[in-house]
Amino acid sequence: MTVGLVVVSHSARAAEGIVEIAAEMAGETRIEAVGGDGRGGIGTVPDDIEDALAAVGDDGGDSSADDGVVVLVDLGSAVMNAEVAIELSDVDAVIADAPVLEGAVNAAVAATDPSTTLESVREQAEAASEISKV
Amino acid sequence: MSGNDEHGDDEHDAGEAVVAAVEAVAERIEAERDHLTDLDSAIGDADHGGNMARGWAKAAGAAGDLEDPDPEAVAKTVGKTLMSEVGGASGPLFGGSLVFAGAELADGVTAETAVAFAETYLEKVEDRGDARIGDGTMVDALTPAVHTFKKSIEVDDLEPLEALAKAVDAAERGVAFTVPIRARKGRASYLGWRSVGHQDPGATSTLFILEEVLEVAADRLDAEVPETDATSPTIPDDAESEPGSDDATPEGAE
Repeated sequence: MTVGLVVVSHSARAAEGIVEIAAEMAGETRIEAVGGDGRGGIGTVPDDIEDALAAVGDDGGDSSADDGVVVLVDLGSAVMNAEVAIELSDVDAVIADAPVLEGAVNAAVAATDPSTTLESVREQAEAASEISKV
Repeated sequence: MSGNDEHGDDEHDAGEAVVAAVEAVAERIEAERDHLTDLDSAIGDADHGGNMARGWAKAAGAAGDLEDPDPEAVAKTVGKTLMSEVGGASGPLFGGSLVFAGAELADGVTAETAVAFAETYLEKVEDRGDARIGDGTMVDALTPAVHTFKKSIEVDDLEPLEALAKAVDAAERGVAFTVPIRARKGRASYLGWRSVGHQDPGATSTLFILEEVLEVAADRLDAEVPETDATSPTIPDDAESEPGSDDATPEGAE
């Protein structure tokens, strides 16, 4: 089973940076960054998130996420737009209720486990809420 | 109601009516841009007027570009455009809800499909925004409008235009209701008690949209906008409501 990840942020650069960090731990896992309002500003666009889901999701290729996609989101309307995109998408995807950076790193590690499932990756991402830093 | 030989023409006329409504909404929102921005600057980030005006202008353009529009296609096109053009939460709330509600218009616009459309739209806004009535959001305008429309059609058997006029009045009362209550959802909720005394911008733009739909519907039917209000008596409640039998349990009260 293969699970993919999509990282959604209001900032395209933030999303790419988070993916850059998570990819260090991700092995072969497919991770896609998506963010920005499409006009160079801050925001998120459901169509762009849908495209990212399609890019990561099951396309029949060797590394396609045939067990679905876990979506990491930052704030507010990014959550709503990700929900809309998931409802419109053919790809099986769930949002992890997790801090976006820590959740993405946890999910990337969990996704490398050969016995991984969509649920197990989401659980690991959500466990990032418990991380204590000081 | 549909499926007769004229179906294609009917659907085309209905599609053009929906396009006309979208154009009227775009004009109205543009005219109210500063008003909406003022409302939003009091309790939010002062972008509602500009975002909505830009989004609806693009949506009206996209709807106008449709060849042979049918109501479902128009609703979905407008919804999709709003989703990508209106920033913040308004994109998914106004646009996303329209995309899903638009599917209810697959068989054209009838009293029945209009009720289904309205109910789906409300449900999507509630779910997406995790807001309920009394939270000081667009749900406060939308809920009374949808409930009044449904009741006017399904219980009172009113003409759709009169039902819509009642719904608009109900929405207006809902907008007024957002003023004296504390916002519990959306950016205004960060203000806590300071949100009291302010009218919700999203509820206000929702009312403007409904007012324009009513105007265009009346215009298309060559009728006057009915003089009515949400609390005006309709037909007597003759069905099984004898005096003293007020033991009816509100829905979901168990």
